[in-house]
Amino acid sequence: MRVLLALVLVLGLTAAAEPKTTLPDVEDEVMCVECRTGLNVSTAPVADQERAFIREKIAEGLTKQQIKDALVEAYGPDVLATPEAKGFDLSAWLIPGALVAAFAAGVVLIARRWRRTPAPAAAPQAGELDPADARRLDAELAAFDK
Amino acid sequence: MRPRLYWPITLAAAALVALLTYGVASVGPDTSLDQALRDGKRVEAPVKDLPRLGTGGTASLADEKGKVVVLNVWASWCGPCQTEMPLLQRTHEKISRQGGLVLGIDMQEPAERGLAFVDKKGITFPNLRDRDRDYVRKLGVSGYPETFLIDRQGRIAALQRGPIDQKWLDEHLRRLLEEPA
Repeated sequence: MRVLLALVLVLGLTAAAEPKTTLPDVEDEVMCVECRTGLNVSTAPVADQERAFIREKIAEGLTKQQIKDALVEAYGPDVLATPEAKGFDLSAWLIPGALVAAFAAGVVLIARRWRRTPAPAAAPQAGELDPADARRLDAELAAFDK
Repeated sequence: MRPRLYWPITLAAAALVALLTYGVASVGPDTSLDQALRDGKRVEAPVKDLPRLGTGGTASLADEKGKVVVLNVWASWCGPCQTEMPLLQRTHEKISRQGGLVLGIDMQEPAERGLAFVDKKGITFPNLRDRDRDYVRKLGVSGYPETFLIDRQGRIAALQRGPIDQKWLDEHLRRLLEEPA
């Protein structure tokens, strides 16, 4: 009996700890199906209907994912803000990946080219004169001593 | 720019521009039907099985061949759709005795919302549901409400992108009803 009570208590606490889905939490991942803008910025009548639908599902105790599934069932896949990984929408997933890959390839190419470039000839150390200048200096000093 | 990089970068940029152009063009409504009707042609209406709103099963325009169909695209939240519903209901009652009917298509909303609207408005004409707009996209539908008149051969004879009135129906529907099957 004690074990059963403890189990009920633990389950009850777990359920209480689970955060309740909120409208803003779902709204920013859903589109207004008519105006094609984010639901969180739309004031169209259909957006009001979508929000009412979400509130109903929240009241029924559905999770965020369950609400999104219900939205797709009611309004079709266009209701989701995330593009589908098929058809033309697939380009929304592929192009950013291709651009990142092209950028990385460019960086590697430039780095390899930079490493292959020969280092410039060693410049004389500060305070040292190259032989021609030293000879000219000696000549000038000798002329001065005369 | 080095000649070795010039062509790959130019081609990649051109491909991106082409993709963007296609994306923008494919989202816009198809106006070829409007142009054909303006040229005095009738266009074969697209046919697709759609779920019946409320009653279960599916139906399509093909089931109504031989009848004049007033095909109306609506949604319960759309103000002008609500306004024109009484006219559509009266029209349905009138033309159903003359070999015609009004066929509604409820778009992109939960079926229970559409059904509640039908009950509230006392609509008796049949309605189908196009959840994803897949069917009405073929008709170039870009808003609500839109109405299409289909002749007895299943061809689109007139359309109205926006609310209809009695004058528009008198102008187009009467002559279609007088045409032989």
